[in-house]
Amino acid sequence: MKPLSNRAWFLVIPVMIFVLFSSVIPMMTVVNYSVQDSMGQNSFFWNGSEWFQHLFDPTTDIGGRFARALVRNLVFSGVVLAIEIPLGILIALSIPKRGWAVGAVLVAISLPMLIPWRVVGTIWQVFARGDIGLLGAALNGMGIPYNYTQDPVSAWCTIVVMDVWHWTAMVSLLCYAGLKAIPDAYYQAARIDGANRWSVFVNIELPKLRRVLIIAVLLRFMQSFMIYTEPSVVTGGGPGEATSFLSLDLVKIALGQVDLGNAAAMSIAYNLITLTLCWVFFTVMTQLDARADREQAA
Amino acid sequence: MATITLDGIGHAYGPARTEADYALKPLHHVWQQGRAYALLGPSGCGKTTLLNIISGLVTPSHGRLLFDGTDVTRLPTEQRNIAQVFQFPVIYDTMTVAENLGFPLRNRGVDRVTIAARVTEIATMLDLVPELGRRARGLTADAKQKISLGRGLVRADVAAVLFDEPLTVIDPAMKWELRSKLKAVHRALDLLMIYVTHDQTEALTFADLVVVMNEGRVLQIGTPAELFDTPAHTFVGYFIGSPGMNLLPAAIEGRRAVIDGQAVDLPAAYPAMSNIEIGIRPEFVTLAPAGGLPVRIDRIEDLGRRRLARVSLGAHRLVATVPPGYAPAGDHASVLFDPAQTHVFRNSERVQGVRA
Repeated sequence: MKPLSNRAWFLVIPVMIFVLFSSVIPMMTVVNYSVQDSMGQNSFFWNGSEWFQHLFDPTTDIGGRFARALVRNLVFSGVVLAIEIPLGILIALSIPKRGWAVGAVLVAISLPMLIPWRVVGTIWQVFARGDIGLLGAALNGMGIPYNYTQDPVSAWCTIVVMDVWHWTAMVSLLCYAGLKAIPDAYYQAARIDGANRWSVFVNIELPKLRRVLIIAVLLRFMQSFMIYTEPSVVTGGGPGEATSFLSLDLVKIALGQVDLGNAAAMSIAYNLITLTLCWVFFTVMTQLDARADREQAA
Repeated sequence: MATITLDGIGHAYGPARTEADYALKPLHHVWQQGRAYALLGPSGCGKTTLLNIISGLVTPSHGRLLFDGTDVTRLPTEQRNIAQVFQFPVIYDTMTVAENLGFPLRNRGVDRVTIAARVTEIATMLDLVPELGRRARGLTADAKQKISLGRGLVRADVAAVLFDEPLTVIDPAMKWELRSKLKAVHRALDLLMIYVTHDQTEALTFADLVVVMNEGRVLQIGTPAELFDTPAHTFVGYFIGSPGMNLLPAAIEGRRAVIDGQAVDLPAAYPAMSNIEIGIRPEFVTLAPAGGLPVRIDRIEDLGRRRLARVSLGAHRLVATVPPGYAPAGDHASVLFDPAQTHVFRNSERVQGVRA
């Protein structure tokens, strides 16, 4: 038997201290706020699970806000994924496979990703303005009523189109890498077998892209579910609360109303929901993958 | 089923200005219906290019390709009725084995009943029946390779089956089995098969006729025995056989060749020529205590069933067979050449002697 030495743990201590300060301690402050109430003057007293009870009860003011924002987040992520994943695959399929054009196209489609969030928001805020913005003015000029500061539909369309513009390229790049990894022999065999373009896509390309698509869905879900900067710049959550996503609402409660207890409970719930959904996504998709493999063995 | 004619087929990937620009130098050849051919040569010799020209994946820059007399040079792959098995098994991951086999027929709009009958027939031939309902993904490499072959055979009108080094990724133990399966399929279906490989054992065991290629040129087309006994080119002599043919620069004097001042008998008389090499296979060079050309023994290799001697004849190295029961003493011995198996090459090409 090998001699055991617990001294090895000492080597891990620096990392543990680092993680403690970088994530655990800040997180615990939030947990601390979520179970206490304050009357100001930095005096806190125990409040138990009351903040959470309010939060998960849609009949209360805060509970209603939370539920509506959560639904908005889920709808937004769903819409964004439903557009960006197919569109990203389509773009990846149209990128040339070789020649000088590859580099040019890849750089061109990646440009939006290289722009800081806040700047993206500002660009679209101006671009979509009904009076002077190129997009807004053009739409209004064509007789389509469009005003993202007053009309919820316009506001939603603006936020969704902005996100598609900002992030579809990431899906495309991942898929392009996946497509490049498919050996030529597959395409040659498909030609010999007389498969048409659609059949090649369904039977060769899509199955081979499965693993990169899992990553793409996961990343795009996480990012879109946590969206903050762009809508906060463009619509500020409005009109009314039409585009108030969880993160925007959270900031309003915490920094606008300095309602630390509610904000802390909400941010913990938000965090756990994101974590759970990602876990579910990942588990379901990898399980499907593993089941397909197990079917062979059976 | 078809006879395929290469009418001056050549290919250059860029503009062809000189001979060296051709990946495949123009050649004429007729692939006879029902025979098994092997295209043998080292990597980069143009054999895969030739195969892809036949299947239509590459359009040749020169010449015409005829299937049973019909010009198909510009016809796209899917209209050529060619089956091709690639180096790495190509299977459709999401389909079952049966769906994989039926795929080429479904794409051509064949009805379900015919497809099912045909798939069963091919699966029986390839021993894939127990696997039919399973997903093709995750099967062993040799089973996948059988599926790729089956997808080619399933079409009743297939003109030829092309193999591009199909056993590269197969376990050595399964290689032999799969190779005999290919032979059995060939006998059963009476198809033209063309098999590309750089492995001489695969080529010689599979094919009726072996086409030896090097640097884009076809050097010899012959039966395995012809390639072994009368190689048309020094490359064929060296490439076929293990170890390859001994090649020694020499001068010709009638019925004798002179190597470093030592005379060797030849099977026939040759006119005086320059740039000559003598070729003789190790099987026909015998190590003896004395009586032949004096050599120094560098090394004896015991291969179990036979022993080979690596020897030096002056500055030249050659391989000789050590006869059973002879244990060379010291590092000096002599070698005896079998005159009937001694070949003369001029500028690397075999020269026929004049028998008197």
